[in-house]
Amino acid sequence: MENNNQKFIWREYQKEIADDHFFYVRSCIRQAFFPGSETFFLSFMRNQLGKDVFEDARHTTCTGIGFHGDVVPHETIMTVVARHFALMTEAGYRHVAISCVTSFGIYSEILETWKHFPEIEEKIHQKLILATGRDFNKPDTIAHTSDIIYKFRNEVAAKMKYPLINLNTGEPLKVVEHIGCHYSKMFPQYGVGGAEFPQVLAGMIKAWGGEVVDYPERRHCCGFGFRQYLVQANRGYSAANSKKKFDSMQSYEPDFILCNCPGCTMFMDKWQYTIAELEDTVYGKEGLGIPVLTYEELAGLVLGYDPWDLGLQMHQIPVETLLDKLGINYDPEKKFITQKGENIGTPLIPQHYNIGLKTAGTHSGCC
Amino acid sequence: MTNIKKIAVLGGGVAGMETSIQLNRLGYQVDLIEIEDKLGGHVRNWYKLFPDHKPADEFLEKLISNLSATDVQIKTSIQINAFLRKEKKLCLFDQACEFGVYDAVVVATGFDLFEAYRKEEYGFGIYKNVITSAGLETMFLGKTIKTSGGNVPKRVGLVHCVGSRDEKCGNLHCSKVCCITAVKQAITLRQMLPNTEVFCFYMDMRMFGPSYEELYREAQEKWAVRFIRGRISEAAQNADETILIKTEDTLTGRQLKMNVDLLVLMVGMLPSKGTTVIGKKTGLDFGMNRFLKVKDEHYHANETNQEGIFVAGSASAPMNISDTISHARAAATAVDHYLKTTDHERFSEKNNIRNLEKALHEK
Repeated sequence: MENNNQKFIWREYQKEIADDHFFYVRSCIRQAFFPGSETFFLSFMRNQLGKDVFEDARHTTCTGIGFHGDVVPHETIMTVVARHFALMTEAGYRHVAISCVTSFGIYSEILETWKHFPEIEEKIHQKLILATGRDFNKPDTIAHTSDIIYKFRNEVAAKMKYPLINLNTGEPLKVVEHIGCHYSKMFPQYGVGGAEFPQVLAGMIKAWGGEVVDYPERRHCCGFGFRQYLVQANRGYSAANSKKKFDSMQSYEPDFILCNCPGCTMFMDKWQYTIAELEDTVYGKEGLGIPVLTYEELAGLVLGYDPWDLGLQMHQIPVETLLDKLGINYDPEKKFITQKGENIGTPLIPQHYNIGLKTAGTHSGCC
Repeated sequence: MTNIKKIAVLGGGVAGMETSIQLNRLGYQVDLIEIEDKLGGHVRNWYKLFPDHKPADEFLEKLISNLSATDVQIKTSIQINAFLRKEKKLCLFDQACEFGVYDAVVVATGFDLFEAYRKEEYGFGIYKNVITSAGLETMFLGKTIKTSGGNVPKRVGLVHCVGSRDEKCGNLHCSKVCCITAVKQAITLRQMLPNTEVFCFYMDMRMFGPSYEELYREAQEKWAVRFIRGRISEAAQNADETILIKTEDTLTGRQLKMNVDLLVLMVGMLPSKGTTVIGKKTGLDFGMNRFLKVKDEHYHANETNQEGIFVAGSASAPMNISDTISHARAAATAVDHYLKTTDHERFSEKNNIRNLEKALHEK
């Protein structure tokens, strides 16, 4: 009964996700915080699935952070996005693949605005022509890149080396999935599975052998909330929201958290350290924090990519507990060594997350 | 006998049964056609009726007893799926066969309950301790009110307006009966489980019927039911399968977060599938709320845009049982008037009404 109804809800929110020929737009912050994620996506799509994914170096920020921070006006952001569409049109593409959930929300909002107010779209055409001499066609489809990995989740499963099973117990790993608010809470029809019981990440977890944890504050904001974080005085509110989620999920003893939004991944990861420092509260069954992954990182792990090539050393919460449960071989000595052999510096180890002590020698550098 | 006019009443719920009884008493030959194998409609699944807590089966027995005293032909398990006009007669078809030829048809196909899973944020069908008002009536009938874990609930929340007055669901209409149903169910809960706390979460209390307001007061004063003015924004399941709800008490202006053992969704009324199908097959007009549109809300509340086809009960709008009975009786009167007037008289009547409307408009 429960599963059937849940499936019924998901069926009501199925979106068209293109199969090939994507115009890829990157995130502003993901390359800094999760540097392997976008690299993995491109490598997986192009090299493993043989798909055509095009990037244009002239693509810029969508200005979403500025827009939500009230410093970029609506017309400006629409014109910036219109320019992205112009680049897509010039390159001969019709499907946009968006790496960032903020951008995905911005694109969705703009397309919805133009649908209901065609005169605004016309105005933006004129503004873009005036400013750049470019014009654009609207895309046939827009997909967040988590939609695309969801679409190809069974292809990942077919090549999987490390299913989401706890090697020690033989049980499925318990996974908290968290979608970004701007993925489907504004426009449920734009997200796989809608907003209340989203399927996009849950579908990947199940396809790869894990078990989704449904905890009471599952739908709550991660705590980012642009104005909560961008205005320094509000950051306590941001951390309080994250704490509410961690407190709520703690009794379910999740093995890791899976996110599709850059902001969520960052805050769920970094605020755990902050809360540990502020309150001496450490989450996770082992008291070592709950690792937080992007969906590309997870796909990479189950496919057998090296965790350090995926950029997992950049996470605040060490991921070694998870790697051990999955039975993934990794070299602790290489955690902070680049492919060129350079040492990127070992983070200062927060006393609460002592797993890092295995690799920490110098305590030099800083996260 | 051959001169006796023949009428088909579609739908064997309260409206259909009462219309059939009244038409038969007026001397007409009536076929009462029901898609299910039993008469009674939704009332069959109800425990007690508001506002007097009359047992639903007692009411139904009376109605069926009245029906048995007539020579109405009861035809159950029949699905009418085609319709044809033959001169002044109306032919109904059951599958591919001609089922009957009638002088008039009364559509009394009623309502369906809103499918609560569509309000995704309440988790009906996903969380075991989220049930509907219909589910609670079933528990009342079985005299067992238990949570999924088999325990007596210590705290129950009743959510009003589920699927009614809700733009997100595409239902702008008020289902009228949910507020008073919640009051009745809250009292029944307190009567059956005296140690259980009961909370009602409402937008407005629409106590439109006789004795309704008094029952609402009694619920508060005698049964200590707590009414909180606020819509629930979200329900989520705790590890112990209790339900965490979030709302706002708009009278105190405070956010509220609490656990309940059982969450009951007061599901609203929508036109039944039968109403929609029959309406489309017979070319009836539909209102904005997707129920059948009547010719005039005040003066021709049983007539439709199709001559010889009438409507009775909640196929035309949400209504309680008392209003359904009145509407059904009015339908019988309207059919009687229709069958007793000649074409010429009807034409004159139409013209008179048109002239009157024109005069009023010009005035």
